[in-house]
Amino acid sequence: MSVTLIGKHEKDARASRDAIVTALEEMMDADPSVCYVDCDLMGCLNTKGLWKKHPDRALQAGIAEANAAGVCAGLAATGKKVFLHSFGTFSSRRCYDQIYMSAAYAGLTVHVLGSDAGVTAAFNGGTHMPLEDAGMYMSIPNATVIDACDYDQLYSVMYGLIHTEGVTYTRFVRKDVTQIYAPGSQFEIGKGVVLHESDKDVCTVVASGILVDEALQAYEALQAQGVSIRVIDMFTWKPLDEALLVKAAAETGAIVTAENHNTCCGLGAAVASCLAKNHPTPLEFVGVQDRFGQVGPQDFLMDEYGLRAADIQAAVKKVIARK
Amino acid sequence: MKDLNVKELNVLAAQIRLETLKVIRSRGFGHVGGSVDLAELLAVLYGAAMRFDPKDPRWPDRDWLVLSKGHAGPAAYATFGLMGYYPIEEAYTLNHPHTRFPSHTDRLLTPGVDLTTGSLGQGASSAMGAALGNRLDGRDSRVYLVVGDGEADEGQVWEAFHFAAAHKLDNVVVFLDMNGYQLDGTTAEILDHGDLPGKVAAFGLYTQQVDGHDVAAIYHALEAAHAHKGSPSCIVLKTCKGKGATFAEASHAHSSSPNEEQWAEAILAAEQALEAARQA
Repeated sequence: MSVTLIGKHEKDARASRDAIVTALEEMMDADPSVCYVDCDLMGCLNTKGLWKKHPDRALQAGIAEANAAGVCAGLAATGKKVFLHSFGTFSSRRCYDQIYMSAAYAGLTVHVLGSDAGVTAAFNGGTHMPLEDAGMYMSIPNATVIDACDYDQLYSVMYGLIHTEGVTYTRFVRKDVTQIYAPGSQFEIGKGVVLHESDKDVCTVVASGILVDEALQAYEALQAQGVSIRVIDMFTWKPLDEALLVKAAAETGAIVTAENHNTCCGLGAAVASCLAKNHPTPLEFVGVQDRFGQVGPQDFLMDEYGLRAADIQAAVKKVIARK
Repeated sequence: MKDLNVKELNVLAAQIRLETLKVIRSRGFGHVGGSVDLAELLAVLYGAAMRFDPKDPRWPDRDWLVLSKGHAGPAAYATFGLMGYYPIEEAYTLNHPHTRFPSHTDRLLTPGVDLTTGSLGQGASSAMGAALGNRLDGRDSRVYLVVGDGEADEGQVWEAFHFAAAHKLDNVVVFLDMNGYQLDGTTAEILDHGDLPGKVAAFGLYTQQVDGHDVAAIYHALEAAHAHKGSPSCIVLKTCKGKGATFAEASHAHSSSPNEEQWAEAILAAEQALEAARQA
C-alpha cells in the first residue's frame, strides 16, 4: 500500500467511473480471459467505447440482471475473469439469489460493480437508492465488499479485484466526487488506510466512500476545537481490517463509524461485531438509520440522512462522553 | 455422434433408471419422479452424443451437461457412475452427512457436474454463460441444458432463452422435460403455460418435440439440432414423471417416500425392464 492524501475537499475533474473504464480496458487489452457484462447501463458507466473495441467480451445482457448474473457465473466456469455492472440496487437486489447460488455457492468468481452508491442515486430517487446492497453481499460467505471513495482508489481496487477469488462487490459513485488521494496511490484490499493519527487521539472515525471527505472535514473542525481524532478510510468492509480497528479502539478508546448505507447491516454493523468480540468500545453510528431512500439533490439527502461532517463531530462528542 | 444403436441405448436407459432408484433408495426418499423420467435422454447424451472423459471431468474440450432442474441429480449421479466417473456404489450415499451426492447438483462436490443448480431457473442462465465462454475460446463444445416444464414458471428461464437467441448461441441444446407435473399438481392447474413449445419457438429457439422415452426419436432430434446453425435449439421431451418407478409412475409425485415393500417392487421391476431391454 502506498497512499498520498490530498484531502483538499475539492471535486475531481475526472469522473471516478472512468477509473473503472480505464482499468477494464487495460485488463481486456492485456488478457483475453477478461469479460465485462452490463445490463443496458454502458452509457452510464461510459463503456460504450469498450463495447465497440471488444464486442465479443464486453457483453450486453439487457435489462435482465438475474440472467446477467447467471451468465457471468457460466463464463467464470469456463475460466473467464468476469466483471458485472448495474446500478447498485439492481446489481444486488435484482440478482441476489443468482450471485449467491450460481456464483458464490458454486465456488465461482464474479466481480460485481454497483454504481450510484447510497444517496448519490439522488434524482433517480428511493427506487434506485442502494442502502443495503453492501449488507446483502456481506452476508455471503467469503465475499469481498468494497465502498470506494474516489478515482485513484477505484483504479487501484480494480487491479486488486482481478487477483481476488470469490464473489466481490464494489459500490462506487460515478462522478462529481471529492478527490481524496493523489494519482498513483495504491491500496491493498482488506487493509484500512489511516489518514490522520497522533498519540493525542481521543476517538477514531472509521469511514468509507463519500463519508471519507466528511470525516476529514470533521477532523479539521475538531482540531480547531482542540480535539484530536484518528481517521481511517475503511474502504474494504469485508474482510474487515480487524487488527487496525482493534488497535485504534485500544489506543483511542472510542469509535464512530460513518457510511453512506443503512447502519443496521453495513460498515457500522461489521465494526460493532468485531469490537464486541475483540475489544468492547463505546461506539456511535453515522449513516442512514434504517430508512428508505428518497428523491432529491445529493446535498439535500446528505443533510436529510445525517451524513455530514457536523453529524460526525456530534457523534464524536457523544461517544467521548460515554468513555 | 456415435451411430445409432437403439438396443444399446435402451439398455443404458434401463441401467440409468435402475441405478437412479438405487441411489435414491440409499436415502429412502427423494425426487424420484423428475429423475427417472430423464433416463432415455441421459442414455442418448452419454451413450451416443456427448464428448467427455470420466478421468478428467473438467477436460476443457468436453461437452457440458447442466441440469437446471437440479433435483434430477440422482439420475445424473447414476449416469456418471455408469460412465466411470466413480464407482456407482459411492453414489449410494445420497444426502448422507458429508456426501458428494446432494439432492441438487453441485459442481464442487460431484465429478461430472459442470454447474451448480437447485434454485430453479438459474442453470438456464449459467449454461448460456458457459456456452459463450466456450465460443470465446474457439471450442466446439456444446452445452446441453435440461429445464423442467414446472421450472418454466421462472422468468429467468425466459431471460436466458432471450439472451441465447440474441447472442446466437447455436452451441446450446435445451431439453424441456415436459412431464406435465410440478410439486402441487399438474402444470396446467398450477400456472397454465398454454402452448409451451410454441412459446419457446417464439423466443427464437429452433424447437422440436419428441417422445422423451424414445431413444431413436431423441437421437434424430439431436442430429437435427446439431445441424441447425445461427440460433439455439430446444428439444421438447414429452415424458411421464415417474416413468418406470412403480410407486411414482401413476401419481407423478415430485418426491416420494416409499416403504420397503414398494422399494423392493420398484427395484425388481427396473431389473426386469433392464433384462427385457437386453433380450429385445
